[in-house]
Amino acid sequence: MSAEVTPIRTAAETALIERFKAAKGELPGDGEVAKRREEAFARIEAAGLPHRRVEEWKYTDLRGLMREAAPLAPLPSAAEAAGAIAAAEAFAAVDAVRLTFVNGHFLPGASSTGGLPAGVEIVPLAEALASGHALLREMGRVAVGKDNAALALNAAFMADGAVIRVADGVPVAQPLHLRFVNTGAAPFATSPRVLVAVGEGASVTLLETHEGTAGVAYQTNTVVEIFAGAGTNVSHVRLNAEGDGALALSTLAVSLGAEALFNTLGVVTGSAAARHQLFLAFEGEGSKVSIGGATMIGGRQHADTTLVVDHAVPGCESRELFKTVVDGEATGVFQGKIIVRPDAQKTDGRMMSAALLLSETGTMNNKPELEIFADDVQCAHGATCGALDEDLLFYLMARGLPRGEAEALLVQAFLGEAIELVAHEGVREALLGRTAAWLAARAA
Amino acid sequence: MLQINNLVVEIDGKRILNGLDLSVKAGEVAAIMGPNGSGKSTLSYVIAGKEDYEVLDGEIVLDGQNLLEMDPHERAAHGVFLAFQYPLEIPGVATMTFLKSVMNAQRKARGEEELTTPDFMRRVKKAAERLHIDQEMLKRALNVGFSGGEKKRMEILQMALLEPRFCILDETDSGLDIDALRVVAEGVNALRDPKRAFLVITHYQRLLNHIVPDSVHVMANGRIVRSGGKELALELEASGYAEYKEEAA
Repeated sequence: MSAEVTPIRTAAETALIERFKAAKGELPGDGEVAKRREEAFARIEAAGLPHRRVEEWKYTDLRGLMREAAPLAPLPSAAEAAGAIAAAEAFAAVDAVRLTFVNGHFLPGASSTGGLPAGVEIVPLAEALASGHALLREMGRVAVGKDNAALALNAAFMADGAVIRVADGVPVAQPLHLRFVNTGAAPFATSPRVLVAVGEGASVTLLETHEGTAGVAYQTNTVVEIFAGAGTNVSHVRLNAEGDGALALSTLAVSLGAEALFNTLGVVTGSAAARHQLFLAFEGEGSKVSIGGATMIGGRQHADTTLVVDHAVPGCESRELFKTVVDGEATGVFQGKIIVRPDAQKTDGRMMSAALLLSETGTMNNKPELEIFADDVQCAHGATCGALDEDLLFYLMARGLPRGEAEALLVQAFLGEAIELVAHEGVREALLGRTAAWLAARAA
Repeated sequence: MLQINNLVVEIDGKRILNGLDLSVKAGEVAAIMGPNGSGKSTLSYVIAGKEDYEVLDGEIVLDGQNLLEMDPHERAAHGVFLAFQYPLEIPGVATMTFLKSVMNAQRKARGEEELTTPDFMRRVKKAAERLHIDQEMLKRALNVGFSGGEKKRMEILQMALLEPRFCILDETDSGLDIDALRVVAEGVNALRDPKRAFLVITHYQRLLNHIVPDSVHVMANGRIVRSGGKELALELEASGYAEYKEEAA
């Protein structure tokens, strides 16, 4: 005898199923792409949204956070898009090639793609999906992200984004700025995806900014996948300055060839709830990565950074430095895992997560993990969590700084250690400015 | 200039200062000597305004204002400077940024114009040269990786730039070799001024060979138990603190 098991679904899960049924015929791509959507959604349909009893999501209960499934965002009117773009200020002063995405839709007209540097090719993802672009085969290449719910949701609903290819040996001087702007008076959902293939020996700086309307419970689920070949040098900076009602899921998946350099810094100040995931796989020997984070949250914000670094091959180095400042009743989460596979001898991995609690009511969950299967490796991790040092504060106050300014100086210094990892001066200055603005708003 | 009357201070319920009286005139260098645990460092912290201490009685009046009613940063703007026994390392805070912030914070508190960058740079350069502080040191994070001598020189540099009217040197000689001590003492002596007073706290007489005091006060059991001229320091060096410890017991 067999009994039929009917899973109890939340309203959001039921709505997601309806939305997928209704949307899948309209979403770009058929054949392989459509099959991939079905497979990805089947996983969500079977397991539901991840919740606190799923270890990976223990501190970020997506089922609880996603009370409703917001409707998929249509392309906003030209006037609305123009207004939102004009209001976008993140990295506006940085000289860059700008690719603009409004509510997840790539707007070539609002992007400076006309003056693309030689050796850089950009195709809107909607077009790439419809035409079966060759790079689509690389999607989901980083194995450690395979069963991830946010990635699966994006794979099911992705509508637009971009495919970027940097040809072998090309040093791209100007940063490429992926500017995501979200606008609307009512809740909406976006699932953009950007695929970036960096050819052997090429170098490029990618900036990613996310801004949006305040007071609207919109949902974003962005995915950026970088496939960096041998000998590449890629820098990536991501800024979450989403509106204060946003639920922001994001994933950065990176595969690295041999002798490559990669660094990324994720800065979070925005959104009501955020989860940023990094999945990085070393595929060739002798590569080095630096992964950093600077999170500053207050009120009732929730910000999760989840990281898996997969040392699958020997002789690679990874450095992780995450700084989280928690004020008010906010909650910070850091989950960092370094995997060292049996063959990955001579791996050098060091991970540090430090949190500063500025209030009695803030929470920080730090979960560093090492999974080491090789014997000749150097790995270390550390996690700290504490208040500002009263002796340091007294030292600064005794020199004439009022308490608020002394606190601000120490918080700036704390976050600065991660922000200083950014090599691009204009970007670094802009991020330090964001930190100062956050501290000023806190003091006001 | 500074008048301390019947100062009674506890920390965690333990009495440290026990009805301390002290008077320092403008232009005076007053040395405070005494055995370990007599309350010398506590006195310096209480004047500067550290929160951990509970003041039960008394007053500390500097030029007509009771410091005990002021926050630490207000005391600094009013002219109090404490050169720390153990200057703190502040990773991530560039020394120059720190110097500019604190100088301008004090100026702002006194209703003065902020310094222009060239003016600030000129002042730092001049003061740094006198203390043998090179530009490399100024480029680093405040006190991070500095030797003991470098940290003390950085304290005196701050003192020179902030131009306080009442300077407290808390065991400034500790951890210094003789050359470093000489540089620090020269820096202090250069700042001696008829309008400025110093409270030099030290365990040993050695520092007072270089910074010659106008008065010497012996502290024991949280009070000043004896006062005299500079010759008192030499007498203490010869006889030690034994008799004062007994008095305290």
